[in-house]
Amino acid sequence: MIDSGNTAWILTSTALVLLMTLPGLALFYAGLVQAKNMLSVLMHCITIAALASVFWVVCGYSLAFEAGNALIGGLSEVMLAGVARDSVVEGTGLPETVFVMFQMTFAIITPALIVGAFVERIRFAAVMAFSVAWLLLVYVPVTHWVWGGGWLAEWGVMDYAGGIVVHVTAGVSALVIAAMLGARDGFPRSIRPPHAPWMVMVGACLLWVGWFGFNAGSALGAGGDAGMAMLVTHLSAAVASLVWLVIETVKFGKPSVVGFVTGTIAGLATITPASGFVGPMGGLILGAAGGFVCYVAVDLVKHRFKIDDSLDVLAVHGVGGATGTLLVAFLAALPGGTGVNVEDGAVSQFLVQLAGVAATAAWSAVATFVMVKVIALTIGLRVSKEEEIEGLDFTAHGETAYNP
Amino acid sequence: MKYITAIIQPHRLDQVREALGAIGVHGMTASDVYGYGRQKGHTEVYRGAEYEINYVPKIKVEIAVGDDQAEAVIEAVTEAARSGKIGDGKIFVWDLDDARRIRTGETGGNAL
Repeated sequence: MIDSGNTAWILTSTALVLLMTLPGLALFYAGLVQAKNMLSVLMHCITIAALASVFWVVCGYSLAFEAGNALIGGLSEVMLAGVARDSVVEGTGLPETVFVMFQMTFAIITPALIVGAFVERIRFAAVMAFSVAWLLLVYVPVTHWVWGGGWLAEWGVMDYAGGIVVHVTAGVSALVIAAMLGARDGFPRSIRPPHAPWMVMVGACLLWVGWFGFNAGSALGAGGDAGMAMLVTHLSAAVASLVWLVIETVKFGKPSVVGFVTGTIAGLATITPASGFVGPMGGLILGAAGGFVCYVAVDLVKHRFKIDDSLDVLAVHGVGGATGTLLVAFLAALPGGTGVNVEDGAVSQFLVQLAGVAATAAWSAVATFVMVKVIALTIGLRVSKEEEIEGLDFTAHGETAYNP
Repeated sequence: MKYITAIIQPHRLDQVREALGAIGVHGMTASDVYGYGRQKGHTEVYRGAEYEINYVPKIKVEIAVGDDQAEAVIEAVTEAARSGKIGDGKIFVWDLDDARRIRTGETGGNAL
């Protein structure tokens, strides 16, 4: 029986989550790169969106969500063969078409997040090949483990909207591909600053609003869980933004726009796994924790490890998502929260969360390493130094972003 | 005739224009330029990382005048553009061989 209220909210959420990638994430990333590479970044995001959509219908949805074994789903919904006009997702009152689309928008944004690791130097063909292979080998299995009835679901892992599924997978894979691809010309000494901080802000704000669909939509219904998820999501974003503002003011004397909105995204990534399980106090604490931990992580990856994860995908998304995934075990007991999944209490839940993060990180790293190796040996990974200096917009796409 | 090129602080453009108007110079070309001199650049901080900005924005003003007016123009620009801080800019003076007004074909001093 289709529930029209739930269906209306998830239709809306689906549009909101797609808005996060198109154009939210695309603008967020495009503003952070040099003007000569901004179209290439936009192109990465829109191409991944189109490829992931087709992939999802062909086999992604089936392998992620159909009953299979503990590691991977089945093939019964390949080409969505069994999705009828009136198919309903059990227990939600949602048409299956709506659930397929809602989950498709997650499969779109997750590989698009990784774009931040390889901007300004990667070959366009490598982006396309990697993104599809990554969806098949990392995103789909991990989604099945956590949301499709796989082994982590059996263990009782808590990941409401994708701390593990989206942010840990993308963050860890981003670090691996960035390390294998090598740094941009001039990194870290003479890298150029973001070409359009205002565009970064516009993109971040679209992400902020779109995230209501991401987290509150993950309730798969229009009720109290969705309401609380939206509230805590917003709170975490606000607090983490203020944390960056304070840190920058203390450290550098001036709060920056780019810093503020980076805090926003850190707060949003951190609350994601916990958004359906915590109350307002949990939201405030996660915002503060995510803002602070991600700030430290940015410095660690870029300046200590000297890895050119160019737009800080691991430090902001991976570390934020992992932080929320681990802390939810303790914060779910605070007022407004749901309590934990496993019967033995918070510490047992924490160990399950830790296992989920560690296993996902390890699998993401290994699979990404193999994929990138294969692509490097076949298609080729990196553009020539001349092309890098001239910029990918003209050399890969024959266009320039700003014409007189 | 002289061709005077002045590199000035962007926020002094209006004052330079007014000063030139006051001594009867009614034409100039201004453009956005980037460069460095003793002021060097500055640093900007994005996500905790400091970026060296080696080229600072300036405005280049170009004025063509007769020999008799050149000294007055140099004086006016110097006065109007000076804040007393490093980075106020420089003025370069060139000999100008000829000029032509495209609409009428007038040449030399008549074209200015």
